[in-house]
Amino acid sequence: MKQAIKAAFPFTIPVLLGYLSIGIAFGLLFENAGYNFIWAFFMSLVVYAGAMQFIAVSFFYGGIGLIQIAVMTLLVNIRHIFYGLSFLDRFNDIGKKKWYIAFALTDETYSLLCSIKAPEDIDEKKFYLSVALLNQSYWVFGSVIGSLAGSMITFDTTGMDFAMTALFIVIFIDQWKTYPSHIPALIGLSCTILALLIAGSDNLVIPSMILIVAALMLIKKQIETKITDISEKEDKIP
Amino acid sequence: MTLSFSESIMIILVIAVITFALRAAPFVLFSGTGTTPKLITYLGNTLPPAVMGMLIIYCLRNVSILDAPFGLPELIGVISVAGLHLWRKNNLLSILGGTVIYMVMVQFVFA
Repeated sequence: MKQAIKAAFPFTIPVLLGYLSIGIAFGLLFENAGYNFIWAFFMSLVVYAGAMQFIAVSFFYGGIGLIQIAVMTLLVNIRHIFYGLSFLDRFNDIGKKKWYIAFALTDETYSLLCSIKAPEDIDEKKFYLSVALLNQSYWVFGSVIGSLAGSMITFDTTGMDFAMTALFIVIFIDQWKTYPSHIPALIGLSCTILALLIAGSDNLVIPSMILIVAALMLIKKQIETKITDISEKEDKIP
Repeated sequence: MTLSFSESIMIILVIAVITFALRAAPFVLFSGTGTTPKLITYLGNTLPPAVMGMLIIYCLRNVSILDAPFGLPELIGVISVAGLHLWRKNNLLSILGGTVIYMVMVQFVFA
């Protein structure tokens, strides 16, 4: 496991940067709401959802019922229901650890796991588990630091959360180069822009997810001919 | 803290349970049977690049291109990341470099 963590670490550095900065920002906000580092630690440990935890800070000022909170969580995080689909085969024989990886499938961990393969001399399952564990440790660590630091941070962190956007751009480019079809990537961009124009920025995720899935189904035949090549290739990788 | 200890714990648990349920759903529904429906496999294969496109736009959703500075810091940030990445193919350099450039843009150039 130690070896696997060592091998996984370099791959997780982008997430380290992103999570530390966003985690710190979350810790600061949560601290302002009256919740100390123990709360930040606990929430980042059991919830572990970046955007959702930011939104959730407002819940702690009171006045919002649990049902409303449940619905909000469902709406904000519904995109995660699709993430596991990409890993059904990969994690099928991983045993109980599968549930931790499922739990840890944040946007960033999902993106990373989509784009990397374990080095040949490293056990694949331990490698994926290490990536998931490392990423969450950054998140928990970041939120605790943010909470503790409070107003003590001396440099202006404005714009630091752009690291997350940058991570997605980098992965987008890598996938663009290796993926046999550019159609899904273009669908993702155009459907989300369309959803942004129709529904606005506050309710972006659900409309764009619906449009994306609908578009992918509509032109399934065209894409599928190209995709069969990739899934065959993926199967051959041990 | 405006809420009580138990109210606060309940909020965290509700969010945690629903988030985990969503992330675990595919594994509960389709695992172990060995027969993942074809459509699901198809979506599993095609969603990653599409979702990546979605997440980029999602990150930039609050950028206003109609008001000053017209999304210029973000545009410069995105171009920097993409440019660096196409040029050096080094993840860390692309992300760090792009983020620093963006921070300079929002903190100094367009402040």
